[in-house]
Formats: sequence, structure tokens, C-alpha cells
Amino acid sequence: MKKILMGNHAVSYGALLSRVEVIAAYPITPQTQVVEELSKMCAQGKLKARYINVESEHSAMAACIAAEQAGARTFTATSSHGLTLMHELLHWAAGARLPIVMANINRSMAPGWSIWTDQNDSLSQRDTGWLQIYCESNQEVFDSIIQAYKIAERVLLPVMVVLDAFVLSHTYEPVDIPEQELVDQFLSKLDYPYKLDVKNPCSFGSLLPPEYYLELRYKMQKAMEEAHDVIIKVDKEYQQMFGRSYGGLVEEYRTEDAELVLVASSTVASTARMVVEQLRDEGVKVGMIKMRFFRPFPTQEVVNALKGKKKVAVIDRNISYGQGGIFCEEIRSVLYNIDQHERPPVFGYIAGLGGRDITPTTIREILSHTLKEDKPKENIIWIGVKH
Amino acid sequence: MDRGQALKTTIPEEDYMTSGHIACSGCAAPIAMRYCLKVLGEKTIMVVPACCWTIIAGPFPYSSLKVPLLHTAFETTAAAASGVRATLDIKGDTETTVVGWAGDGGTFDIGIQALSGAVERNENILYICYDNEAYMNTGIQRSSATPWGAWTTTTPAERPEDKPKKDIIEILVAHQIPYAATATVAYPHDLMAKVNKAKGIKGSRFIHILSPCPPGWRMPDELTIKASRLAVQTGIFPLYEVESGRKYTITVPRKEGVPVGEYLKLQRRFAHLKPEDYDTIQNNVDRAYDRLLRKVKQSETL
Repeated sequence: MKKILMGNHAVSYGALLSRVEVIAAYPITPQTQVVEELSKMCAQGKLKARYINVESEHSAMAACIAAEQAGARTFTATSSHGLTLMHELLHWAAGARLPIVMANINRSMAPGWSIWTDQNDSLSQRDTGWLQIYCESNQEVFDSIIQAYKIAERVLLPVMVVLDAFVLSHTYEPVDIPEQELVDQFLSKLDYPYKLDVKNPCSFGSLLPPEYYLELRYKMQKAMEEAHDVIIKVDKEYQQMFGRSYGGLVEEYRTEDAELVLVASSTVASTARMVVEQLRDEGVKVGMIKMRFFRPFPTQEVVNALKGKKKVAVIDRNISYGQGGIFCEEIRSVLYNIDQHERPPVFGYIAGLGGRDITPTTIREILSHTLKEDKPKENIIWIGVKH
Repeated sequence: MDRGQALKTTIPEEDYMTSGHIACSGCAAPIAMRYCLKVLGEKTIMVVPACCWTIIAGPFPYSSLKVPLLHTAFETTAAAASGVRATLDIKGDTETTVVGWAGDGGTFDIGIQALSGAVERNENILYICYDNEAYMNTGIQRSSATPWGAWTTTTPAERPEDKPKKDIIEILVAHQIPYAATATVAYPHDLMAKVNKAKGIKGSRFIHILSPCPPGWRMPDELTIKASRLAVQTGIFPLYEVESGRKYTITVPRKEGVPVGEYLKLQRRFAHLKPEDYDTIQNNVDRAYDRLLRKVKQSETL
């Protein structure tokens, strides 16, 4: 059934159809409709879940961790300061190998107060051990929530599904909502192997001497590596059952004969696809890769798509101060070990921080700058800064 | 008693704690846990944040508890207990008691937000705070449970603690918590009766156990029970309970004619105090006890 949904409600429907059992959440703009809709679903009995109105995001994640450890499928959603308040517990959730799924609405960090989109909130959670999916449309948001549970419960790591503030969270689009029975077939009941159980008392998260700690972290990395193939498999299974696929970790668009490849993520990818099409009509050999997953990083896909190209332009709506755009730095890093003659120069653009629009004109500006220059003159090329 | 007749204990024999735990000698915290679990039984899930009990429970792969134990981040006890409860509820388990078991730092200070949230929601959990009156696990730094006049490593003798101990029970009563009580290991029957009462109540329940810490209190190991008893007898730590957020009952009255000095002089954390400081503490304790008596009286008329 097709519904016209705002991005936030696409998240709620994803959780509903995934039959989550415990939700603990705290409101924050621009995430509120996610949790409002879920509380309504619980109150009306459409969703048989316990909804905990916790007093902070920190407690939301703590409650999800404990609930998941007791064997329930859990869900929460947050944004920006809420996500960064959770930071400690993001490490905990991943370290405890709990397949929690959370939606994060990308919103800039204060000061000054900004409720508009950029990716610094989620990208600063890079090293916590969460998988991260960046979505482009409300349909992808909905589909990614369901895929996320399947991936998380296979590799036993938590997954964050990320969408842009307002550009997606508050924008209405048609979303195809499949039948519950089909989703039930796709996503079997959670059977978490290690749980709090009075019949089999175990201790979870106890003091871990140096003789064991390293091995557990090694296993987390192995699970992240394993996630790569799981993501592709789950995306294929999803396509077979529901007719939609997102290319697994990355989507390539007209890259095959492209000389210049643009790298984008989230809704920027959607705008970029249109600009690529226009430039193709004008005879420019340009293509795009959409970075759907940031963790695990799609190293092989990125290398395959970019090696031998003449130029690469990366748009980052984020910044690691003192270095540069975060996607750009990671892309440069994975290209380092390929043969020098196949290694394209990577132009790193930063644009749209704090929700400033990234329009087709912005993307055209980025592409024409890249076409004009042989090599990037600076580590960061800023777009639209008013001096 | 007849010769040959075995001494019979009135404390249940079942134990849900094993020997070999790694608490310091004389620590009251494992004694408190043992008594509580005797009452709570095997259908109990323990949630423990960073505190001395993180260590006492034993490092991986050991556990000194025979019930499931979830270690959780310092400030999250009540939120994590709420999460466990939510899962048990959705799975239809109404029998298991979910216990948050935290020290004073995790309860009075860093965990009070999550505790307030959980109690305001009236989560069906039992929260037990074993209070050794400072951050003992990190090496005796003051907390908001440290009493006036006490030495700690962050309130040195030259400038000892100059704030009164936070009244945690009153904070919880202000939430209209269904049940709140104080206890010490010197009165095990009183402690176990309170745990038993708490076990039978639905909603949030809080038990505050004074937990003497010989290294932190600068006191010989063997004085834990004595110090616990004197805390009650002097009125420094009165044993009482508050039901339905309004009905106060003193369960073990203080003993007339036992001055606070009897308690203070056992512990070198108070060694720097002068006679006039003893007087100040005595006056404060007397006033606080009078206030408690008035609350008891007042609640009889409610």
C-alpha cells in the first residue's frame, strides 16, 4: 500500500513493521514525529511494544541496551545533541554486541543553535562500532529500517539509519508500505543468543582484564568486515521480496565511462543525480557514487568505482576540524594503496553546513571547478562562504 | 538452650552469592547483597553500574552471584533497570524482580537524573543503594552522600566536608514513590523485612543501606557491624520506611543516651573534629530525628 509519509513517519512505519518490542525515546527537533507516531501506534495497540518515556537520550540508549540484553527487539530515534549525549552508550551497545536499530535525523551541533541538517552529529560517532546508513528518500528510510534489523541481528552490531533534517524528516513523499506478512517472512523473530535469563544466570559486561579485551575488539572488527557481505545479501533478498534495492553499500550512477566522478551522500545524492543527468546531456562525462554506508566503509566499492578515473569530487556536509571533509578523507585514504597511475586527484568540497541549501547550482559550481582545475590546490574547497 | 540442640538461624539458608567475591575485608556491601538475595531469591535480575560491586562481582569469567547480572554505565542504573523490566513485561514475565544495585555516587550524584526519571514514571523496579558515603571504588573522594565533617581525599582534614549529607529518601518521597526505606547490616531482620515488603509492592521501590567501608572510613575491619549499629542507635542513620510517599514509620528507634561521639570516634575520617564539631553534629542529628518523629506523627493522622 502506498502512503504519503513524511520522512519521520517512514521511520515509525519501519519500526512498526519490524515489530519492535521495546522503544525508549526522548523528543528532540527534528525527530519528534518519529516518536509521536510510535507512541500513538503503541497506545492504539497497532504495535505491541513497551514505550518508555525516558528523561533523556542517555537513558533512552541505556534502556534500549538493557532491554535488548534481556532479549527484546528495541528501537529509538534521536538527533544531534541527543545523539552526542548518547555517545558513551553507543560504545556500550556495540561493545555488548547488541543489534539495536536507531534512527538519527542529521542536525547540526550548537553553538549557535541550529536545527538544520548536516552530518557532524552522526559522523562524530564514527568509531563507536555502529553501522551507519545514509538515506536519500523516504522510501529508502523505510526500507533501510527493516534491512537494518536483519543486518544487525546477523552480525550482532547496532545500526544507525540516518536522514537529513527537514529535507527528508519533514518532507512528504509516497512510500510503499508492504504487507506485514511479507516483512515477517523477511525478518524473522529476534532470537538473541545471549540474554538475561533467570534460568541461565550469566553476568554481562563484567570487568575484563587485558588478557581478554583485545580479542573482543578484534571480533567486533571482524563482525564489521562480515557486515559487508551481509549488507549486499540482505539488499538482494530485499529486492527479491519487495522489488527495491539500493546497491548494498554504495550506488553507482553513470560511472562506467565517466571521467569525473562525484561522491555524495544523503539527499545531496538525489540533487546530484539530477545534475549529472543534465551534464551528461551537455556531453560531460560525469558520474556519481552515492555513499549509502559509511560504516562499514565500502572500501572495495569505492576503489572499483574510482580507480582509473580522471578526477573525483567529494561533497561533504560535515567537517573534521583540522583535517577536512570526513567522507573525502576516508576516500583519499582507501585510494592511497592503489597504483599511482590509476589514482585520481580527489577534490574535497565542503558545503551546506548548518542546513544551508545544496542546490543544483551548488553542485554545478562544484563540478565546473573540478573540471577546470588539474589538481586540488587546497585540502578543502569551501563552497558558498561569505567573507 | 539444650546442649546438643543445633543453633538455628532465623536467616534463610539459601544463598545466591558465592564465596570468593573480592570485596575488601569488613566491607558491608557483600553482606547487604547476601541478605537481599536471600529474600529476593533466584527470580531476580541485578543491574549494577560502575561502583565497588563492579569489582566485588568478580572479573570475567567469574561471577559471585547466582542470578543474572547486567553491568551498566555509571549514570544509567535506573534507566537500564527500566529497560530490563520493559522486556520482561512484553514477554509476560511478571514474577522476576528487577533490582538496580548502586553505590552512593551512582545514586545521589551521577545517577540521580535516571533515578528521578524512573521513579517519576513509577517503573516497576527495586532500587537499592548501598551507601559508603564517598567514591570508595576510585579511592575515597567525597560524594553528596558524604556526611558533614568527614575527611575524604577531596575534602582533606584541612578543609573537611562542609555540606550536610543529601537527604535521598526525602527526594524519593517527593516523587511519591510507593515504598522507600533505610536499612543497615547490623539489623538483618529489619533489612530483610523491608526487602520482603518491597518485593511485594508494584512500582518503584527504594532501599537505602548504610554500607560501612573500613578503608574509606579509616576504621578497623571488624567494626562494620558495630558502626552500623551505632549509626542507628545514635540516630545518625535512623531506620524507617515511607509507604505510599506519605506514611512514615520508624522500624528501629534510636537508643536514648548514645551520643554521636560513640559512632564518630570509631572512624579516623572524623579524627580531626573538635569537641565543638561533635556538638554541631549532635545538634543536627537531634534536630533531624525530631523532624522524622514529627513526620511519623503527622502521617498517623493522614
